[in-house]
Parts: sequence; structure tokens; C-alpha cells
Amino acid sequence: MDGKKGSLSLLTSELKRFAQFLLSELKPKGKIVTPFNVFATIVLAVAAAILTLRFIKGLGAISHFSQFHPWGLWISFNVITGVAFAGGAYVLTFIVYILHVKKYHPIIRVTVLNGFLAYVFYAGALVLDLGRPLHVINPIIGNSFGVSSVMFLVAWHFMLYMAAEFLEFSPAVAEWLSWRKIRKVLGTLTLGVVIFGITLSTLHQSGLGALFLMAKGKIHPLWYSEFIPILFFISSIFAGLSMVIFERSISNKVFRRRSSSEVIRTNDDILVGLAKICAGTMFAYLFLKLLVLVHGQQFSMLTTPWGYWYLTEVVGFGLIPCVLFTWSVKTKNILLIQISSAMTLIGIVLNRLDTSMIAFNWMNPEKYFPSWMEIEITIAVLVVQILVFRWIVNRMPILSEPPIWAREHKKTVEKIQPIRIKEEQEAWKVSII
Amino acid sequence: MDRRNFLKTFGIASGTALAMASPLKAREKVAPKEFMGILIDTTRCVGCQTCEEICAEVNGLPAPDLDVDVLKTKRTPTPTQYSVINGFETEKGDVYVKQQCMHCNEPACASACLTKAMLKTEEGPVIWREDKCMGCRFCMVSCPLNMPKFEDDSPKPKIQKCQMCWKRLQEGEQPACVENCPAEALMYGKRSELLVVAKERIYRNSDQYVHHIYGEHEVGGTGCLYLAGASFERLGFNTDVGTKPFPELTTDFLYAVPIVLTLWPAFLLALSNSTKDQDETTGSEG
Ligand code: SF4
Ligand code: SF4
Repeated sequence: MDGKKGSLSLLTSELKRFAQFLLSELKPKGKIVTPFNVFATIVLAVAAAILTLRFIKGLGAISHFSQFHPWGLWISFNVITGVAFAGGAYVLTFIVYILHVKKYHPIIRVTVLNGFLAYVFYAGALVLDLGRPLHVINPIIGNSFGVSSVMFLVAWHFMLYMAAEFLEFSPAVAEWLSWRKIRKVLGTLTLGVVIFGITLSTLHQSGLGALFLMAKGKIHPLWYSEFIPILFFISSIFAGLSMVIFERSISNKVFRRRSSSEVIRTNDDILVGLAKICAGTMFAYLFLKLLVLVHGQQFSMLTTPWGYWYLTEVVGFGLIPCVLFTWSVKTKNILLIQISSAMTLIGIVLNRLDTSMIAFNWMNPEKYFPSWMEIEITIAVLVVQILVFRWIVNRMPILSEPPIWAREHKKTVEKIQPIRIKEEQEAWKVSII
Repeated sequence: MDRRNFLKTFGIASGTALAMASPLKAREKVAPKEFMGILIDTTRCVGCQTCEEICAEVNGLPAPDLDVDVLKTKRTPTPTQYSVINGFETEKGDVYVKQQCMHCNEPACASACLTKAMLKTEEGPVIWREDKCMGCRFCMVSCPLNMPKFEDDSPKPKIQKCQMCWKRLQEGEQPACVENCPAEALMYGKRSELLVVAKERIYRNSDQYVHHIYGEHEVGGTGCLYLAGASFERLGFNTDVGTKPFPELTTDFLYAVPIVLTLWPAFLLALSNSTKDQDETTGSEG
């Protein structure tokens, strides 16, 4: 009897502690009124109004897509482009867990977190874009499996990959909540989940390209080829890594106080390494692009206005950043690496928008340009993602060192004890009490 | 480089494991011979637009604008109009062409649909089912002729297109447009029999017809078949669609999926093991 009572009171006190901890963590850290927060509030308020309108009046009331351009900015940018940008997670897990290149270990968590959030919010944007969002359960519960559909494959892979990324990231959550046993179990899952995640990524990154295989005759021949899936897959490698470089360049300033000494110390070295991989894969990509061009005998098209646009994308924001990457690796010029990654990102945006939006139904005189409301929602999705990212990085051991109890295996590698910052110590006090 | 051969070799190599782990079947083929279809003879059509009117009536759609000059304005079906008549001035006089979903033998729209809302029925018509569709509009992206239309002014939008009067067919009736055409330009029947009729017409009046039946081979054959006196290109037909069924454009990719699903994890695991550092303790990665 006594034992039961004891464990009961232990449980309640434990629950209380947990609730207190969660509450304290929910409070914003840092200043509340900052320019970004004001901007975010306005954007989100407007987005809420627009979405209300969308669910009452239908999609046509807020977006400019048409019968000839059934997919607008949300699909083309948030989903098709965003998923390529989120590719950094699978590439880095491949390098760190499969190839065991330890150099990149310090940034693995932040990259996986970024990837995970990207998928959550892009999938969210996808649901907003559905005409009948409630029926999204149909292909999930097996009400009707359209197994011959590439879209079916992509949808399932999105869901499974989100789960995989969450599992990859979950040790950080367990550490944050001081769930030691669970953390241990989750740690053993990592390799399996990583392998699963890389496989899924290979398929859905290329699957996004395969969505357009049946749009033959609608997409301008310079962008359509039967190799779209392979091109999408290869470009997702350097798109993802360029995004990592971009994110690192910003986070290293913004979250410097939250970053462990290891993350800060290795940053430049990591960026140079990533730039090297970018340059290599971009070269392979551009070579394949050239083969497709030769194969399709499309040289004469290059001197048309569409051709100039194509060259802007492939040379201006493909070949040039590729060369710049190579150059910057040689000279170890971090600024140049950052510039090249930004250019590469623009190149990927152009490529994805060209394929799915700009050169889509190019022969039709009716052109698509997104409405301001579509653009607003796109920005809102990004804002929410940044807010959640900030919330998590400020609380969980993403850039900072994991707690000591979760760190044993690193002792051999890491001899210098990092100086913990005050804020983090406080967070620890709360969780210990 | 022959991708298909490459994949085939790969497929055989991975043997039975592959067959077991293939959740994705290739697109299902329904034997095309008994499909029903509609023969549209543009040399007979007088452009009266009766079909537009009756189509709207039986499908509960707003009455079409009958005052338009069909020779001047070129229209396409809309979310509120499944079928339109367009007129073309040719050397053989004015020619009128009815335009609607072609009810392909192997429809791109149905193979694109992830919920099977878009469905090729065994009888031939390609229908859309409201309770399944999630409104992703992938069918619109895939249809080579841009036929599925989306109701963008509704919170519960439908995908709209001609369904060959599916409900009427089940009650033993004919499609409304066929039944009401005063010029007998439309004919409903088994696709194979319609082809015979069409060929016979060409044979008997060989100088009156172009010697081609649009839809016999286009995109792998369609339920709607067209006869014409002037070249199809001049009559606004898309003559670049080829004879390959559109779903075949994705089969190579879909065949590769189970291969990647089986081989990739094994390869990654082996790679991971071979590069592993000996004194690294496993178990607390993450
Ligand atoms: S014409 Fe388009 S909508 Fe009609 S069956 Fe063929 S693919 Fe489907
Ligand atoms: S919009 Fe509906 S019918 Fe068309 S592909 Fe999507 S779920 Fe299928």
C-alpha cells in the first residue's frame, strides 16, 4: 500500500515538474518586440484572413491559377522547390552515418531539424492547396489506392519521410526533456531510420520530377525530357547542401550564443567541405543537362527568347556558381562560398519554377502570375517555419552540446570541455528541480 | 543508352526479392476491345449547338451561351460546360468540331489520380467520383488535352469533364448529345464497331474524307473517334500527341521504384558497415 502511495506521489510530483518545465519553456526567450517579430505577426494575421476567405469562397478567390495552369506558386515554390532545398538532410545523414565522415557531425542535428520542419510546413502548404483537403485521408487509409500514380508515391513518401526525420531528430527532444531511457532507445534506431530516410529521399526527390513526365507537350522542350527524375534527384543534392551553407551562414551569427564551441570552430572547415561536394555534383548535373540538350537536338531553340531564359538558368545560375564553388574551395574563401550558394539557390528556384510554372503550357497564350495573396501565404509559411526553428534551437540541444549524460561516446573524440553559457545553465536548473 | 534494357537487367538480377517488395504494380490494363465510344463525323455537323444545350440540361449545368459566333471565338470546355462547338472556315466550307474529353483507352488522368477518383470504367467512359477526389489537380496537369476542369469558385470544388453520360448509360440510354443530334453527326456504340463504320464511310466517299480517324491511334486510342473532311490540324486538333499511351511515360520510373526500395537499403547498410570506425561505440548516435 505504502509503496503504491509513494510511487503515486512520485508520479504526481514528476508530472508537476514536467508541466512546470514545459510552461517555462513555452515562454519566449529574448526580446518580444523585435522588427522580425512585428513583421511575422502582421504576415500571419493577413495569412489567417486570406485562408478564411479561401475556405469560404474557394481557391479561385485568392489565387490566380487557372484551367491551364492548375498548379500555382504554392506547389511550384513551397513543395517542388522547398523539398529540393530540404535535401540537405538526407545528403548529410548519408555522409555522417553511412560514410562515417565525422567532420560534419556538429551540424547534423540542425540540418535534420531544418529538413523536418521544411517537410512539415510544405506538406501543410500542400494540404491548403488541395481543393478538398479533408479527402487527403483517402489515399492514406486505403479507401482507394491509385498505385499507378506518381503522386501516390510522392504523397506516401512525404509522410513516411516526415516520420523518419522526426525519429532522426528525436534524440534531441529526449535530451531536452531529460528522458534518458527513451533517448537510449532512440539512439539505437538512428542507423535504420537514416537508411530508410535516404531511400525514401532518393525516390521522392526524383518522384517530384516524375510528376511532370505526363506533361509532355505542355512543358517547353528545353525543360522537358524523360530524364527529369534523374535531374531532379541530382540537383536536390547541391540544392540541399547550398541551403545548409546558407543556413549555417545565418545561424552562425544569429544563434552564436546557442552554438557550442565545436560548431563555431568547425564552421569554416565544414563550409569548404560542403562547397566541394556542391561543385562536384553540379558539374555532374550540368554535364547531364548538356547530354539531354544534345540528345534532343535542341540547339536551335537556344536562340529563341525561351532559349535565353534557359541559358540564364543553366549558365548564369548553374555553370557560374559551379565555377565559383570550385574557385572558392581552392582559395578557401568563405564569402565566395556563401555567394555561390545563394546563386545556386536562385538557380534551383528558377529551374523548378520553369519546369512546373513558367514553361508549363508555354504555347497557351494565357499566362500565370501569382496573386499577391498567394505570395503572402508563401511568405507566411516561411515565417512560421523560421519561428518554430528559432523556438526549438533556443531550447533543445541542436547547436549546443547535448547534456553530459547523453555524450559518453564522444569523450574520446572531444577532449576540450566547452564553456557552457549562462542561459543554458539556467535551462538545466529548471529541468533538474 | 537504353534505359529500359538497363532496368530490365537490373530487375532480373534482383530476382524474387524484388517481386515480393513491389507494392507498386504497373498500371492496370483493361482489354480495350469492348469499350464503348462515340463517333463524331465533322462533315455532318451543322453547328447547331443542340448538344451543348442538352449536355447542360442533363448534367444540371447553367445553360450555355448560344449567341456566340462559333466561327470567330474558339472555346474550350469549362467547369460549367463539358462540351463545346468550334467552327472553322476551310476550303470545303465551314466545319464544326465538337470538343470534349476523349475518354482515352489508357487515360493519363486516371493513371495520375492517387485516389482513383478519376476512373476508366470497364465500359469505356472515364468518370470522376466526388467522394474520392482530394482536389490535387494532378489529373489536369497530366491530361494531354487539358480536359479536366476545376471549379475554383467553390469551397468543395469538383473536377468537371464529360463523363459520357455515365448515369444514362447505366440505365440503358445513350449519351444525351448523341440522342439529340439532329444531323446524325454523332454515333454511340462499341468502339470496334464504330471504327468499322468510320472506315466504311471513308472507303465509300474517299474524296470527301481525310483518310485518318483521329482517336484510332492517338495517345493509344480514344473512346471518341473523329472523321473530318479537312486536315485535323486545321480544325484545331492537337496532332502532336503521338500514339503512345500517356501512362507509359511514367512506367519506367514506377518500375525503378521497387528496385531502389530493395537494393538501396542493403547497399547503404553494407556501405555503412564497411566504413565504420572500429573503436566507435554504436548505440548512442544521434
Ligand atoms: S482526354 Fe484527358 S480527361 Fe479525357 S480521358 Fe483522356 S486523359 Fe482523361
Ligand atoms: S484532382 Fe481529384 S480526380 Fe484529379 S488527380 Fe487529384 S484526386 Fe484525382
